[in-house]
Amino acid sequence: MRGEGRAGWGFAAPALFLIVTCFFLPVAGGLLLSLTDFDIYAIASPDAARFVGLTNYERLVADPVFRKALFNTLYFVVVGGPLSVAVSLAAALLLASKLARFPGLYRSIYFAPVVTTLVAVAVVWRYLYHPRYGLLNLALGAVGLGPIDWLGDPRWAMPGIILLAVWKNFGYNMLILIAGLQRIPEELYEAAALDGAGWWARFRHVTLPGLGPMLLFVSVLTMLGNFQLFAEPYVMTQGGPLRSTTTLVMLMYEEGFRWWRMGHAASIACLLFVIMLAGTLLQLRLQRESR
Amino acid sequence: MSGRRAQSVALNLALAGGALLTLAPLLWMVSASFMPAGQTNTLPPRLLPDPAVTDHYRALFARLHLARAFANSTAIALTATAFSVLINGMAGFAFAKLRFAGRDRIFRLLLIGLVIPVQVGMLPLFLLFKSLGLANTLAGVVIPSCATIFGIFMVRQYALGIPDEMLDAARIDGASETRIFLSIAVPQLKPILVTLAVFTFLSTWNDFLWPLVILSDDAKYTLPVALASLSGEHVQDTELMMAGAVLTVIPVLVMFVILQRHYVRGLLAGGIKG
Repeated sequence: MRGEGRAGWGFAAPALFLIVTCFFLPVAGGLLLSLTDFDIYAIASPDAARFVGLTNYERLVADPVFRKALFNTLYFVVVGGPLSVAVSLAAALLLASKLARFPGLYRSIYFAPVVTTLVAVAVVWRYLYHPRYGLLNLALGAVGLGPIDWLGDPRWAMPGIILLAVWKNFGYNMLILIAGLQRIPEELYEAAALDGAGWWARFRHVTLPGLGPMLLFVSVLTMLGNFQLFAEPYVMTQGGPLRSTTTLVMLMYEEGFRWWRMGHAASIACLLFVIMLAGTLLQLRLQRESR
Repeated sequence: MSGRRAQSVALNLALAGGALLTLAPLLWMVSASFMPAGQTNTLPPRLLPDPAVTDHYRALFARLHLARAFANSTAIALTATAFSVLINGMAGFAFAKLRFAGRDRIFRLLLIGLVIPVQVGMLPLFLLFKSLGLANTLAGVVIPSCATIFGIFMVRQYALGIPDEMLDAARIDGASETRIFLSIAVPQLKPILVTLAVFTFLSTWNDFLWPLVILSDDAKYTLPVALASLSGEHVQDTELMMAGAVLTVIPVLVMFVILQRHYVRGLLAGGIKG
């Protein structure tokens, strides 16, 4: 079996080499970078960077812009995530129903936004949100609401971005949840119906427990993705108005690649990682306790 | 029975309404891209162009170099797809079917990497690529997409289903491991390799943050980066920007419609087995 062992390493080597050099080493580098004052001068001569311990982190915690970005990111995660999963679940329930006609067609339509290019649809939605001519305000106006200055009002900019993100992403989770719904045995519903359980009772006591692990998987995945919000605010609001849509990744990008304060930017990325990890553990624990 | 009928009507109306809401932004994008300049900013609003013009598409190609960005995006997505299928395909097969020293430990380490956000390594990777002369090159965009943990994982899960007897029989016949991979594994893995190809193409075509970071010269821009930069300069030109959005989105939408079976399978493989 010596030939097999050598072939195994040979086949895996190109991938491992690339993943180590383009991912694992840079991640280790990112942790180190966050402990230095690496800046634009250090790009020309790396010797100019000094080890500064946890100074970058101390500065971040005290920085109102960082706190604002952290708040905005959490806002997007805590409001946008559950909303997105709820819409996915509603769409999955409708599509999995035996009464649905053309489920395949609807499934493809609902999924289409997922494959579209985020930057392009963010550009489109920026015009849908136009306070005077945007379709959304025209529709709201038709039922006597608004107008809302979606992207110009600090209170509405983040809800606007959440709405776009829900539209863009719900099809992904929907697809996974449909597969989950199809695996719940029909007999469970029949038994519940015989016991006189109504629609809501069947949903709470058969559907939700049946989806359990998959719902958790979908929630964690959505949360991890949402923590990395960047392109939508970059294209639609540039983080404004009044920093109301500046996110952690956006701040990292600005600090690192616009002002070249790379040590500082690296500490933002590392904190993001820690927060994402904490968020995942929290969700796993909440799920366990609810059972 | 009439209760059930009413329920069925309500449910199908909800589905149709949802479909309309989902498609509305995309339909409006296409419609507005053919409107004469300024027609999106009229009241009462127009839903269809009158008259329909192709000026904006021509302007994008003639003056604004979107053809160049289109070519860059195509080259990047196709190259990354080819390398990703080859490199992840070989590695996924090796992790599933070839016994080599340290295999399982390495695989577990790779899986840990799945929870680390790419942003943590992005700054050092930029500095590394800059020192290697890969900053502001198409290769610099392509290389990190050529091998992915998720890609290896996807192929490995599928390759676990290849019977060992098949491979051992070929070994007894004296076939080399390379030959076994090409003539036995690849035909067996074909469905998942197609899925991986679709995944890689879509994700590299749509990717934004890394190309934005690594490309500084607008002749090298990919479509999303070029579009984001155009949308800064041409905020007022709604119809022009819609034409740019159409050009960016149409290739991936067409590809999705043709290959959706493969895309959906990969998504479920990651979702259920993961």
